[in-house]
Amino acid sequence: MKTFEYTITDPVGIHARPAGLLVKEIKSHAGSAVTITKGEKSVNALKLMALMQMGIKQGETITVSVEGGDEAATAAAIEAFLKANL
Amino acid sequence: MITIQGKGVSTGVAAGPLYFYQRAKGAFTRHEVEDREAEWLRFKEAQAKAIEQLGELAEKARAEAGDEAAMLFETHQMMCEDLDYEEAIEGFIKEQGLNAEAAVTDAGVIQAEAFAAMDDEYFKARSADVKDISGRIVGILMGVVQGGIDSPVPVILASDDLAPSETVQLDKSKILGFVTSGGSGSSHTAILARTMGIPAIIGVGDQLKEEYQGRDVIVDGGTGSVVLDADEDTRARLMKKRAEILKRQELLNQLKGLPNVSKDGQEIRVYCNIGNPEDVHAVLENDGGGIGLFRSEFLYLNCDDYPSEEYQFEAYKKVLSDMGGKEVVIRTLDIGADKMIEYFKLPHEENPALGNRALRICLNRPEIFKTQLRALYRASAFGRLSIMFPMVASVWEVREAKKMCELVKKELTAEGIPFSDEVDVGIMIETPAAAVISDRLAKEVDFFSIGTNDLTQYTLACDRQNNDLGRFFNAHHPAVLRLIKMACDNAHKEGIWCGICGELGADLELTELFLSIGLDELSVSPRAVLPLRQKVRETQVRVVREKLLADLLRDKNEL
Repeated sequence: MKTFEYTITDPVGIHARPAGLLVKEIKSHAGSAVTITKGEKSVNALKLMALMQMGIKQGETITVSVEGGDEAATAAAIEAFLKANL
Repeated sequence: MITIQGKGVSTGVAAGPLYFYQRAKGAFTRHEVEDREAEWLRFKEAQAKAIEQLGELAEKARAEAGDEAAMLFETHQMMCEDLDYEEAIEGFIKEQGLNAEAAVTDAGVIQAEAFAAMDDEYFKARSADVKDISGRIVGILMGVVQGGIDSPVPVILASDDLAPSETVQLDKSKILGFVTSGGSGSSHTAILARTMGIPAIIGVGDQLKEEYQGRDVIVDGGTGSVVLDADEDTRARLMKKRAEILKRQELLNQLKGLPNVSKDGQEIRVYCNIGNPEDVHAVLENDGGGIGLFRSEFLYLNCDDYPSEEYQFEAYKKVLSDMGGKEVVIRTLDIGADKMIEYFKLPHEENPALGNRALRICLNRPEIFKTQLRALYRASAFGRLSIMFPMVASVWEVREAKKMCELVKKELTAEGIPFSDEVDVGIMIETPAAAVISDRLAKEVDFFSIGTNDLTQYTLACDRQNNDLGRFFNAHHPAVLRLIKMACDNAHKEGIWCGICGELGADLELTELFLSIGLDELSVSPRAVLPLRQKVRETQVRVVREKLLADLLRDKNEL
């Protein structure tokens, strides 16, 4: 399992558009399961609505865990995505 | 070829395939299904269809407004196959045996409530997205076509009638015209059609059959006819009419807003004749300067008993307020002769045109007259009203009618009901007697309006309903034209205005003469306003005046 932390900079937080794009990104990495955790709550990042319902806001830090597939490559790609979009 | 007759409520001619508006058959029912696996597959198919539709919308948005705009639909696509959402639906169908429509709706509600409970406005608003996609999938399950029209080419849209929400969602670029089996002139379909400037025909009833779907049809909103598989002659005739209407439309655009003034600066007011409050839209659309004749009979013809003061008041008030301060001349009840009404229980007459009609009935039955005048004066507070009495032959009749007006005003004042102090009272000049004594009548009233149809029939002793009279019924007869000039001259001597509200007003062969006589107003059907304006604007009154007035002294047929 590969894990990293990221602090959201987008003023609206993880809203529909980047959440949707994130789901797309994860789907392109076959075999990797991605979990996003904020505080006590964790969500499978493929679950678009659940991810949005976490209500992750600007300035909040999330933990991203990647399990399975090419974990290093998936984690790097997701980190790059978050930096570019959130 | 099949011709169906309805009521035209928006003019124009259009041709295209007939297409029945596709809608769900009411709300879905919630029930248990026998074959849960099949129901699940039914959902999966609808889900795939929804994703496909959203993909099309995304591409359309991308082409029109770029990637950002497309993203909304792409997000909706992803929401359609959201894992939690789908899992919930799967559970409802496979474990509880719920039908797909109910399952999708319930799963949508769960997600929508989760968003609605969030403390951020942005996320709260996402509950609408969930409802939207659920609605889309349910619609597909129920066989609804988004926007009601699924056709690659524009169509003549057929339906029973359309609900306001349905008219809003219609893809307007796909509609050439409307045909409805039910509906009314003020239905949303009619209003939409007039706004779009396309033909609409309502009330065709069960002649409109779903089996006609896709057949070639030509609709004529002017006559209210719907022609299926028109033969060559009919098609040619209607297409020619269509071309003329388009030309008129062009004329309208050029002449709209321009004054009715001759080349040498003589102005004439061009008003409209209407018979129904719904006609006001046509007056405004054709740039009529006011209403010169509002026939109040429709109120009586639409009822099974005498229309109440309140009912009449609402109708008059609507017209006056819709006209937004432009003058509206309302003619008091004009029945009898050719317009009989059952509940008036008028005795049979051998010669009704010369019988108990119009103002004569009102003066003999003051309770009917008073109800109408009360409604009129009450409505006067909402616009610029003028009242006109029909079928006057003597000065005493006018005085008696005016006395009734005074009585009504006194009553309203005593009751504290508001009305305007500036209501003009005028009469129709439609009997030869009225024209001949117009010098005396002009002292009694604020205006004259000449009813040329009756004036011609009475002057020439020619029944206007008798088609065999042909050449004897000559509305251009110098006797009629001289009476018009006499009434107009006498009006001007007393400083009041004189107009025409009969058919002759729109007769472009006479426009130059009417300008030469110096008529102040012509009231014509709304469609005739702009052609008349064009004629007025082409005329040099100074050049034609002398000859035309001299011609009044002889009949063209003498030449």
